[in-house]
Amino acid sequence: MPLKEYMGLSQINGPLIFIENVGNVGYNEVVEVTFRQETRIGQVVQISDKFAVVQVFQGTEGLNVNETKVKFLGKTLQVKVSEEILGRTFNGIGEPIDGGVDIINGVYQDINGFPINPASRMYPRNFIQTGISAIDGLMTLIRGQKLPIFSGNGLPHNRLAVQITKQAKIKGEESGNFAIVFAAMGIKHDDARFMLSNFEESGAIKNVVTFLNLADDPTIERIATPRVALTAAEYLAFEKGMHVLVILTDMTNYCEALRELSTSRGEVPSRKGYPGYLYSDLASMYERAGMIRNKRGSVTQIPILSMPNDDITHPIPDLTGYITEGQIVLSRELQRKGVYPPIGILPSLSRLMKDGIGEGYTRADHPHVSSQLFAAYSRVQEVRALASIIGEEELTNIDRRYLKFGDAFEREFLSQGYDEDRSIEETLDLGWKLLGNLPPSELTRVSEEELKKYYKEIGEN
Amino acid sequence: MVNGPVVKAKEMTGVMMHEVVKVGKLKLTGEVIVLEGDTATIQVYEETSGLKPNEPVEGTGKLLSVMLGPGLIGSVFDGIQRPLEVLRSKSGDFLQRGISAEPLDFEKQWDVEILVNEGDEVKEGQIVAKVNETSAVEHRIMVPPNISGKATKVQKSGKYTIDTVLMIVESKDEKHEVKLYQNWPVRVSRPYKERLAPSEPLITGQRVIDTFFPISKGGAAAIPGGFGTGKTVTQHQLAKWADADIILYIGCGERGNEMTEVLEEFPKLMDPRSGKPLMERTILIANTSNMPVSAREASIYTGVTIAEYFRDMGYNVALMADSTSRWAEALREISGRLEEMPAEEGFPPYLSSRIAEFYERAGRVRILGSEDQNGSISIIGAVSPPGGDFSEPVTTHTKRFVRCFWALDKSLANARHYPSISWLDSYSEYTTELVDWFEQNVDPNFSKLSKRAMSLLSEDNNLQQIIKLVGEDVLPDDQKLIVRVANILKVGYLQQSAFSDVDAFCDMHKQHEMLRIILMYYDRANSLISKGVAISEVLEEKIVNTLMRMKETVSNDKLEYFKQIEQTIRSFFDSLDEKYEKVKEA
Repeated sequence: MPLKEYMGLSQINGPLIFIENVGNVGYNEVVEVTFRQETRIGQVVQISDKFAVVQVFQGTEGLNVNETKVKFLGKTLQVKVSEEILGRTFNGIGEPIDGGVDIINGVYQDINGFPINPASRMYPRNFIQTGISAIDGLMTLIRGQKLPIFSGNGLPHNRLAVQITKQAKIKGEESGNFAIVFAAMGIKHDDARFMLSNFEESGAIKNVVTFLNLADDPTIERIATPRVALTAAEYLAFEKGMHVLVILTDMTNYCEALRELSTSRGEVPSRKGYPGYLYSDLASMYERAGMIRNKRGSVTQIPILSMPNDDITHPIPDLTGYITEGQIVLSRELQRKGVYPPIGILPSLSRLMKDGIGEGYTRADHPHVSSQLFAAYSRVQEVRALASIIGEEELTNIDRRYLKFGDAFEREFLSQGYDEDRSIEETLDLGWKLLGNLPPSELTRVSEEELKKYYKEIGEN
Repeated sequence: MVNGPVVKAKEMTGVMMHEVVKVGKLKLTGEVIVLEGDTATIQVYEETSGLKPNEPVEGTGKLLSVMLGPGLIGSVFDGIQRPLEVLRSKSGDFLQRGISAEPLDFEKQWDVEILVNEGDEVKEGQIVAKVNETSAVEHRIMVPPNISGKATKVQKSGKYTIDTVLMIVESKDEKHEVKLYQNWPVRVSRPYKERLAPSEPLITGQRVIDTFFPISKGGAAAIPGGFGTGKTVTQHQLAKWADADIILYIGCGERGNEMTEVLEEFPKLMDPRSGKPLMERTILIANTSNMPVSAREASIYTGVTIAEYFRDMGYNVALMADSTSRWAEALREISGRLEEMPAEEGFPPYLSSRIAEFYERAGRVRILGSEDQNGSISIIGAVSPPGGDFSEPVTTHTKRFVRCFWALDKSLANARHYPSISWLDSYSEYTTELVDWFEQNVDPNFSKLSKRAMSLLSEDNNLQQIIKLVGEDVLPDDQKLIVRVANILKVGYLQQSAFSDVDAFCDMHKQHEMLRIILMYYDRANSLISKGVAISEVLEEKIVNTLMRMKETVSNDKLEYFKQIEQTIRSFFDSLDEKYEKVKEA
């Protein structure tokens, strides 16, 4: 079938162009928009028998109404995937930008993918070690899980993302079979440089596929970036049997782009001007995490989003929290105390953790230790509140030991060096060491045998 | 015109409202939702990428319907009743487009027992045959509604596929084939003889619900809660332990991994009453959040229609919908694409009437086919209010049409108090109607005990305000006792672990014994304190620990242990009484 090419537009509005009198054009079809030798990529977002509306990924700057040529390619937006993409860097719609050769052998896949049949899913049960004590010990990341990081402006989520990318590994026989897909949406040039140079220095880059959409890249390209990345991840996981960790940062920028697009399409807005389908739209990406029965690989996601004004009830974190299986919340208060990574463990949660830790996965005492650390640290908060009213001197002996435990916990367990990669055993042993600050009568969530095996009381002085 | 899941087609004269149509070359399934002149607006139940103007749209002449017959139990369907296991074998692990599959297995031979004879007069809804569908459920084959007459050409009992004509029902001028299955349009509720008042509770085995906020068989309840408050775990608990004959679980716009958890866990769990695997009474409808949004809208109706079919056999059916907010958002999304005028927060103005229609399909009814048999549908809908704010439209409208409201509380969830159902914000309007049942079947005093426990809890709530300001020390001893007993109730009674083998399901008699013993402890302690005994004397650590832990130490089938606990407490107080009598005399 010959490709259809049209000359001239009827309207340009924001990222959208309107073309009249087109026939035989499909919904979501890809178009090439050419203006004076420069070619851009777009996608049909609405059609009727009279006109087609196309969103242009690189933006509409510099286009004019009568000289622009539009070619409909007769296919939906696709990306070429193969094992060659490991170690490479691409732009937001999957074109190489690292100066290397084009991907030669590979297959084109639709970036929207297809939903996994719920009857084909396998319940996720094994863990990924991030080397970060707070995450591995208290909100363990499970293969096939989607666990977002809720951050705020000025908090070190990019640094944390890089550290996870460098350190993440899986244990046991599958350990070599691991890759990371890193998708950056609307991030600053400085951050991008920081990330790329770190991947290169650490040597992690050979297992990393990077998709970069920078802050001054066209907004609309951002709509495609996470989908391109997930398509690559699904290919590696379910065609090549790898365990893939996808890091998406920053989802807030993605949602802003979606709002911009929705508004210029003239859609009815819902909360805070975001489109009514924001939930379905986010779900169509987050739900691409998972494992499939009788297939070896897995797709695990860590979407990172910055909460506007640190507000966890804002539509973006709110809707994300309803879809994902838990959340890791960064705390500004810990950041002020100089704790890195500043993970606020009380509002954080990993829903799938209960089935993926303990005997056979991490270590038999893990569920109890983590529950005990949670309980003790939440008691610390109460004691601190009390101390701020009546003064530390008035506290009971037990309460003072809790304060000591709390400080040590933040200083030694939560805090760790930017290059410090702790194994799960080190993390659990560290947890036991800190619990030594408390008398055994307070440790009600661990068993007698575990106390005997691991516990060593630290004297009071 | 194509706009996401909404498609407009011209020259559609002759199609009916809500008729199923096949859209485009891929034959995507859709449903007509607006007719205007010869233009039909269609919501498409599959992804519409690549659809072009002027592609053909075919009518099927059928309204959006479900197929009802043996083979439903234990199946997993999508929102428009396509069996997901069959789709998997047809199209692999990802859901492709344009695939259709019959909801029920047409090959399978069922052992059918025919219950009528040649020439019998049969009427609509009458049970004419039986099939043992699973070891837990007897599937009763009924004459479809609106059909009655003389049964002719009746087959003998034997092995048949569902497509077999069992008999022909002849009325004056019409002949109807009765097969093992029938179809019914999802948007029309199935008829019944009359609605009955609620009279029997749906026992869920969850203490906070059964004791304080019971739901009746045929009732409607809502569970609202922000993310992380345990909506889904609570729904799973109800699906596991509720004493219904059939469970319909609709995963509406929720997580794929959660559906997998149900699928992997239910076949292994045993029903505490029948001893059969829970999957043998369960039907799942899965429209996860990444599946097409319009099928999410339909999934609720598909589920409730299947529930009505089993109700018509005389069963008690419980339907869980997780979450109705996602369904309401699907309505909003489609309404937005239709460019309808929005009402509150972009939701369409008919949101409230749709919610009402759905919850009103719950109820206890006299079934069509019998003079004295009843069936019921209880609906339990989860609501996911954005930001945990209960004043948003879906929660407020739902509140108008349910009589049972189990509010999940974020602060309880953060304190790891599960189930995090708030005893202050929740309510049940069925309580008064169910008093008689509890008196006759549990204990004559049960309702009184539950009221007293609740008043202790609400008094405790007032005292907590004071404690926050000035500390517990300044309270007089009788008020301190209330705070302590309320704490026993909270930790030892209201908290119930979903993962405990002993306590996940709590029998009504166990609930009564526990409540009785805790309140007896309060009465005895209170009378001592009013005589001037120090509170530290009555708060003996061992006794309090026994009370806190009896939920875990006494299992449902060993209720006689409560006698021992009661005896221990009685003798503890008897000796205290004695001691203070002596002090007084001296």
